[in-house]
Amino acid sequence: MAANPMSQFDVYRIGPEIKVGAFDISFTNASLFMILSTISILLIFNLGSKKNSILPNKIQLLAELSYTFVSKMISDTAGSKAKPYFAFIFSLFMFVLFCNMLGMIPYTFTVTSHIIVTFVLAAFIFIGVTVIGFIKHGFGYLKLFVPSGVPAVLLPLIVVIEIISYLSRPISLSVRLFANMMAGHTMMKVFGGFVISLGIVGGWLPLSFSVALTGLEILVAFLQAYVFAILTCIYLNDALNLHH
Amino acid sequence: MFKKIYFQSIFFSFFFIKEAFAAESGGMPQLNPEFWVSQIFWLILTFGIMYLVLSKLILPKISNNLESRKSQILENIEAAEKQREDSDAKLKEYDEIISQSKLEANSIFNQAREKALKDIGAKREILDKQIDNEIAEAEKEIDALRKNVPDKINKIAIETSSELLQKLIGAEVNNSSISAIVEDLSKRNGDKYYGN
Repeated sequence: MAANPMSQFDVYRIGPEIKVGAFDISFTNASLFMILSTISILLIFNLGSKKNSILPNKIQLLAELSYTFVSKMISDTAGSKAKPYFAFIFSLFMFVLFCNMLGMIPYTFTVTSHIIVTFVLAAFIFIGVTVIGFIKHGFGYLKLFVPSGVPAVLLPLIVVIEIISYLSRPISLSVRLFANMMAGHTMMKVFGGFVISLGIVGGWLPLSFSVALTGLEILVAFLQAYVFAILTCIYLNDALNLHH
Repeated sequence: MFKKIYFQSIFFSFFFIKEAFAAESGGMPQLNPEFWVSQIFWLILTFGIMYLVLSKLILPKISNNLESRKSQILENIEAAEKQREDSDAKLKEYDEIISQSKLEANSIFNQAREKALKDIGAKREILDKQIDNEIAEAEKEIDALRKNVPDKINKIAIETSSELLQKLIGAEVNNSSISAIVEDLSKRNGDKYYGN
């Protein structure tokens, strides 16, 4: 690893170059960590759902606590109508959480620190939520942009603002996760570099910062996954229960 | 002094590091579109597989497990409730038996007491009667004795006074005259002596 704090985000090919038409879909370190997080999620939840004992063991408890945590989050924010989308939001939360957490292990690659990954997820959510909204309410879904109780004079302005804020949802959703992950990992890398270059004399100060930052970053890793999932629930709530 | 050197060395080393980083920096790898398609492809692949496996195989199992545990716990709670009711009923029965037997014991005790009291009363009546009889007889005797007392005293008085006179005078005295005097005295003072 080089001293450049951004080099940890480099994507490089593992194995041969694979091309489908004009597109390069080679297996990279990003693909490796996507597969690793997928496998760890499936492994943990498969082990956690295998046996059904009245007194759950540790891994079963973990799986069931995550299940109830996500299902409570969905029913709290989007109501009972959001039940069919539980599996998707659960997968989304777990995928982001595991990518973030695997990225906290030294020398690993953080999948969610790439704008393209978070943007694809956010764009999929945005398009999906919009489609659900139009299927449920038809053109009535456009009432989302016309809040009730606004004076007629302000209405054109408010509608424009509402449309802009609606369209910027995928950008804010993706940039929030990507920027948090990138900034955190860059900062940790910078402080880690200070430890080496300051050596035995001055390295203790950045080392203590590094320790504190690791704790903070683990918190951020969980929090950003939670925020990502809960914002998805809120958008879904807008599409399912049109309040305006 | 050491402290000053320590912090100065940290401060100055920041400059060197910055220069080292500046020399190597090459922008953000995230904005390099070389592997974007690959990332999108692998993201859709892995996420899609994960979503399918989770939604079709794993999540239904977990929800099943949770449901079955919930229902089993409810059943157990119901069974426990039933058993509690049973034990409550049994406790009531037991209490009833105890209170009934207490009542019985009380009535038996009361009966026994009444019987004993009756017996005692009957015996006391008999004894009272006997005692009354005896008292009456004794009173009769006393009365008889009391009636005879003045006569006897008079007799004794007559005899003693006649003997006394004989010894003093040396001559025989007519008993009848003495008895007349004694009779007269006793009639006068009898009330004072006998308290009748």
